[in-house]
Amino acid sequence: MQEDGGSLEDLWPFNEEIVARAIFESKLPIISAVGHETDFTIADFVADLRAPTPSAAAELAVSDVEELKLKLLGYNNRLKLALKKKVELMRLRYEKCMASRAFKDPLQRINEQYIRIDMMVKSLQHNIINKYKDRKNEMITLVSKLDSLSPLKTLTRGYCIAQIDGKAVKSINDVKKDEEVDLRFIDGKKKAKIL
Amino acid sequence: MKEEANFEETIKNLEQIANELEKDDLNLDESVAKFEQGMKLSKICNDILENAEKRISILIKKDDGVDEENFNVE
Repeated sequence: MQEDGGSLEDLWPFNEEIVARAIFESKLPIISAVGHETDFTIADFVADLRAPTPSAAAELAVSDVEELKLKLLGYNNRLKLALKKKVELMRLRYEKCMASRAFKDPLQRINEQYIRIDMMVKSLQHNIINKYKDRKNEMITLVSKLDSLSPLKTLTRGYCIAQIDGKAVKSINDVKKDEEVDLRFIDGKKKAKIL
Repeated sequence: MKEEANFEETIKNLEQIANELEKDDLNLDESVAKFEQGMKLSKICNDILENAEKRISILIKKDDGVDEENFNVE
């Protein structure tokens, strides 16, 4: 709202009550650029903004638009950033989940069981071999005992078995004078006669 | 944002499966079944993410292009 005024009379309409009320009721923002730097009218006070000259008013109006443009650019950038960030967070959460041992190394549990089985097999083998060794040693001990108790061993110590027809003679009553007996030594048989 | 709702649920299920498998309380059959399900969910999540990332980068490029034109005119 401007008036390229000269005299004070030209400015007077802008002091009218009806003008003031109209300015007040106006839905559009009003910049008042009426008159000169130092002359004020009622319109100046009612308006949303007062400019000292019309050119100054133009500057003020344009400035607002520039400010708005900057604001819009700011909002625009914030929107872009917010959206990017949102997706980045989603992506991060997903990557973190997939980094879990459950997905990165799913065979781990199965391999652990394989190892367990291997260990048990080894243990079984170990145990059975030991058992076998123990039994074998037992047997060796028994065999050597048996060996030392064997009548044939006795023969190596100088004894011999008197036999008639393959049967051992156990008593002097079982032989008669001049009877022939077999004497069995460790290394063979020889005939002998009872005197 | 309908896709986002699916992502939320899917990733939640995926995280739950990861926890269960990590805890190691399941028997072998259950573990394999859960793992298979996890792989399916993982693919869904990945697809949603890639799709969203693509669309956003296109939108941003388009938007930047419009801005540049305005500056030139002024």
